[in-house]
Amino acid sequence: MSLRVENLTVRLPLPNGSVVHAASDVSLDVPRGTITALVGESGCGKSILASAVMDQLPAGARRSGSITVTTPQGALDVFAGEPFRGLHAALVPQSAATHLTPVRTARSQLDETITTLGSPRTSDELAVRVGLDPSALDCYPHELSGGMAQRVAVAGALAGDPSVIVADEPTASLDRALTDRVLGLLRECADDGAAVLLITHDLASLVRTGVADRLAVMYASRLMETGPAAEVFDDPWHDYTRDLLGALPSRGLHPLPGSPPQLTDLPDDCVYFLRRPETRQSGGPTALVQVGDRSYRTLREVA
Amino acid sequence: MSLEARGVVAGYRRKPPVLTDVSISVPAGTIVGLSGPSGTGKTTLARVLALLDAPRAGTVTIDDQVATGTRFAVQGDLRGSVAMLFQSPRASTDPRLTLRSIIAQPAEVARRPVDVEGVAARVGLTPDLLTRRPYQVSDGQLQRACLARALAQEPRYLICDEATAMLDAATTATLVRLVEAEVAAQGVGVLLISHDEELLAACCSQVSALADLRRAPVQR
Repeated sequence: MSLRVENLTVRLPLPNGSVVHAASDVSLDVPRGTITALVGESGCGKSILASAVMDQLPAGARRSGSITVTTPQGALDVFAGEPFRGLHAALVPQSAATHLTPVRTARSQLDETITTLGSPRTSDELAVRVGLDPSALDCYPHELSGGMAQRVAVAGALAGDPSVIVADEPTASLDRALTDRVLGLLRECADDGAAVLLITHDLASLVRTGVADRLAVMYASRLMETGPAAEVFDDPWHDYTRDLLGALPSRGLHPLPGSPPQLTDLPDDCVYFLRRPETRQSGGPTALVQVGDRSYRTLREVA
Repeated sequence: MSLEARGVVAGYRRKPPVLTDVSISVPAGTIVGLSGPSGTGKTTLARVLALLDAPRAGTVTIDDQVATGTRFAVQGDLRGSVAMLFQSPRASTDPRLTLRSIIAQPAEVARRPVDVEGVAARVGLTPDLLTRRPYQVSDGQLQRACLARALAQEPRYLICDEATAMLDAATTATLVRLVEAEVAAQGVGVLLISHDEELLAACCSQVSALADLRRAPVQR
């Protein structure tokens, strides 16, 4: 009942010959009963990790490394070609309102999910579980608010009682009350035993709700820092984490210098020094250093 | 010197109004915050203030001059005096145009000279980005271009309607600081609409909740 990503590297060749560095040597553990939040600026490669876990990388993608979902029946390699989507690992998509089919009611889409997965659940039961009135399921997606549509998407993800739930920006463009409800719902899923990977750029909500157990910070396809969320928020070890947190309104609204890098044809090592030249944790060969249950990226020591 | 709405009633078509007797004032050279949950009429008020939609009752006043129409029917000396920055930069730009054309378009329509490079530099867009089209830049870069487009009109007032809701924290901080710089340098008055109350508290001189601006209609 856990998710393990080991040394995942994903490269996406473009028609013009350049290559997108979508993920570079990413290793991440999401144990059962916990939420790990993967954060970073837009365009840093977070969402590609969701695609990789669901084995839905774009055609032509080159990948190395492994992703393992541990279920009550044993370990499962997501790239092995066995059916697992919805059953062992499920995705809560960004912008559920556009993800649902517009010409069918929420109920008919949930029912189809349940039948396909051979799940013993009923759509009413799932609706109640996500805090929706079952009558709302008879609405078409455009009749639902953004928050209700997002809860329908969570209900769909829960239909197969998956061991792993991947939520890709589930709170994008929801207001605060709705954001808190959706995050609370993911917390309940984790408390019921699922391993939840929450991909988001909404740091403010994570700080406010404290919903995440662990935090992984990504910059330009690489992990910069991982650790217990509360500790990383209080005392970031990587300069990038500190910069990212400093941009929050509650922490002074300090803009980062420059723009986030394009992921096309990145050099083979961490590029944070191009953004902030004074950092002493980038600008040469770097490695993640593990200290207790935390890790951070820094220059490799030259022997 | 301020952008004011007085006793505005507005809504969609024949439905009951979403705004009833709402008044707000945005003084020049300040940032005023407006908060409220989704679906309570923040955008409707923004569109009335930007002279895009006519209110059913009430007036919009720009520097003590009452606006007499909307869009191109606004009297000449008020036309283009309120600019707007929308939530989705993708939905508010023409995908076929380059960023240069997008930024220059409103000024060209008004047959005014425009210094695209200068205004792009003010918002931190590098010259190489000006030849790109929207699909070739990030949301943050495109929203900067939208801000440049708004500033190129040399507006007296700027309305940012959830302009940072789709952006990450780092890009939000950058954009808000740019808007603050324009307020300080050009004396622009800004209405910042957001459901992020922490953000409003961090950069506004005054924050109102939409619900508090509204008075119940008089019962007859």
